Amino acid sequence: MKELLSGNEAIARGAYEYGVRLASAYPGTPSTEILEYIGDRYPEIKAGWAPNEKVAVEVAAGACYGGSRAMAIMKHVGLNVAADPFMTLSYTGVNGGLVIVVCDDPEMHSSQNEQDSRNYAKFAKVPCLEPSDSQEAKDLLGEGLRISEEFDTPVLLRSMTRISHSMSLVETKKRMEGPKEPGLKKDPMKFVMLPAMARKRHPVVEQRLVELKAFSETFPYNQIVMGDPSIGIIASGVNYQYAREVMPEASFLKLGMVWPLPEKMIKDFASRVKKLVVIEDLDPFIEDAVRLMGVEVEGKERTGYCGELSPEKVEIALKGASSARSVGAIDVEIPMRPPNMCPGCPHRATFTALKKNKVYVAGDIGCYTLGALPPLGMLDHCLCMGAGIGIAAGLDRSLGELARGKAVAVIGDSTFFHSGMTPLLELAYNGGSTTVIIMDNRTTAMTGAQPHPGTGYTLRHEPTITANIEKLAESFGFRRIKTVNPYKVKELEKIVSEELEANEPSLIISRAPCALLKTGRILPDKPYSIDKDVCTGCKTCINTGCPALEFVKIDKPAEGEKKRKGYSRINPSLCVGCGTCFEVCKFDAIKEAS
Amino acid sequence: MSNNKVYNILIVGVGGQGIILASDVLGKAAALHGYDVKKNEIHGMAQRGGSVSSHVRFGKSVSSPIIKMGEADVLLSFEQIETLRYFPYLSVDGKVILNDAKILPPVVFTGKQDYPAGVIEKVKAKVPDTLVVDGNAVASRIGNPRVVNVIFLGVLSKYLDIPAQVYEQVLKDSLKPKLVDINLRAFHEGRSLVKG
Repeated sequence: MKELLSGNEAIARGAYEYGVRLASAYPGTPSTEILEYIGDRYPEIKAGWAPNEKVAVEVAAGACYGGSRAMAIMKHVGLNVAADPFMTLSYTGVNGGLVIVVCDDPEMHSSQNEQDSRNYAKFAKVPCLEPSDSQEAKDLLGEGLRISEEFDTPVLLRSMTRISHSMSLVETKKRMEGPKEPGLKKDPMKFVMLPAMARKRHPVVEQRLVELKAFSETFPYNQIVMGDPSIGIIASGVNYQYAREVMPEASFLKLGMVWPLPEKMIKDFASRVKKLVVIEDLDPFIEDAVRLMGVEVEGKERTGYCGELSPEKVEIALKGASSARSVGAIDVEIPMRPPNMCPGCPHRATFTALKKNKVYVAGDIGCYTLGALPPLGMLDHCLCMGAGIGIAAGLDRSLGELARGKAVAVIGDSTFFHSGMTPLLELAYNGGSTTVIIMDNRTTAMTGAQPHPGTGYTLRHEPTITANIEKLAESFGFRRIKTVNPYKVKELEKIVSEELEANEPSLIISRAPCALLKTGRILPDKPYSIDKDVCTGCKTCINTGCPALEFVKIDKPAEGEKKRKGYSRINPSLCVGCGTCFEVCKFDAIKEAS
Repeated sequence: MSNNKVYNILIVGVGGQGIILASDVLGKAAALHGYDVKKNEIHGMAQRGGSVSSHVRFGKSVSSPIIKMGEADVLLSFEQIETLRYFPYLSVDGKVILNDAKILPPVVFTGKQDYPAGVIEKVKAKVPDTLVVDGNAVASRIGNPRVVNVIFLGVLSKYLDIPAQVYEQVLKDSLKPKLVDINLRAFHEGRSLVKG
């Protein structure tokens, strides 16, 4: 029986079928659902959220060193965080199979960059597999574990948004256990990377790459399908599907293993076709390698470097024009519809309180990054997970009086545990007058409410420790620590100005559960209302950006009516009663629900 | 339509309108009916009220999980201006099914830009047989505002060759037991809106 599964569901299913005993991950679009499915569906697998991707890889490394089949899962930028263990794992090799699943996000549907993870495979000298649909996502996880054990190497399984979040039919099988006997076995020459040992391991890595290259020539997921010899297309992943879609008659070299590349197969394919084209998005990874083989090839001049490819882009790259008969566009200026903080979002309240203080805000990655968008427009930096605290400290210390009382860092609770603890320690250690605000909404909201070490429960909803941010900061040496309810906007406003004035680092914990969370809910779920006769149309409430508020324009005030541009209205079906608008209204036009 | 025809259904709207569920049911029904199926959606930030699109493709053999621009057979849109945003995906022979609903994006509800006027007329000018349904009205009539998505699945099903029982089976298999009856009712209510 075939099931319709997403790429992420198929990878989770593969973890089950191919005997994975441990899986570790940190949430990140488009990879998040893989560990969620493992947690929900496959109790045979030990699984849990790690505070960050580096820890996830280390936990998975430990499991594989002990002989278990293991995997670590992350989005592309997560591999930057995990790069340290990843690079040296290449030297130690494995015992049980180890696959690192990395999900790229070309087009940056939900990411801060579109780096191409295939480069990491080359950099670390490990094999990289790339599925082109859900069936292959599952199969290649199994192949990856097998290759990992046979060649004593970690394996990178590269997915991307259009594979992870696409569904296709998958044949499912029963679970089988991995071949290694689990246990503790001392082997310092292999597992202790002191210089003397590492020097002996490096030649092993180089030899392994030679052997993997030979293996790639016969790997069944690398396949030549001859068609019209006038054009030969080399492609992998979803781009293979796009190319098949728009030019089914062409000759194809489909690659399931994109590193190391099968040189003989590529040269053989090139000799059988008149023109050779690589269809790949982002970097010319395959194209450059093919050119280095001395083979004439085209690629980036047709596809470009930026964004993701699509069937129409691939058709234009291959044929010069699209054959589709589109009905065309309708000539209307269509308002953009960016994602927005939800009604009742505690981040909106915190940003609203910050607005008054005219601060300069260094943030990072989470729902609160949306605070950069109008009408809030409060975020001045977003670089990477955890970066805001360091950036604010650097601005504050380097600019001195120019930034005094202005440098603020904001960071979410999950992001704080991911990579905010070390910059907070740096701030306590090296000093300055930065104010850090931890926007603690008790979850990893952006990726769909995953638990973390501060929430008190695990992936599988089992109770566990609750890490205490206040005590942690206190042990770091912070003397100024305040915890506030962000919905008390005026109170938070006052605390922020006090802390900005302080000539030492301070920490404000702005704590209220995400408005979408059912547990620990403090929102009354009773809508506020606006007295439209009292409302002056000043738009202070509108400028909080709450989707439950709407500005009703008045073109011409009626006879005897006061002069105003319009008035605000609350949509009772969206309002959850957070009271942020009520707090900021200077005219008492907003009324609490009775 | 020939045997090798691949059906391209593009379902669009705003996060929270149940688009993913509707497209999941369609995809599973097509698979249960024996078709090869591929499906894709962008839902990274769907919960935050962003624009959502779901591509469902089925036929004897399907390669790409996303529809080539200009090849959608049906554009099922749950919101007026989202119809416009994805309109170029529609083929010249395509069909539009439109929910007569407006959800104001931030630039509109903050009073910075107007919601475009006359959307339905403009769509009809390009695609005269566009079917417009007030989904919210139908949903309130049957007593549950949350089944608009399945009402439109019913509407859509009348234009496809998958039997109604197949959708019913998928709805029964994928919904919580207490939600099955109301959704089956919504599905048939949707079917009854299309003549023939």
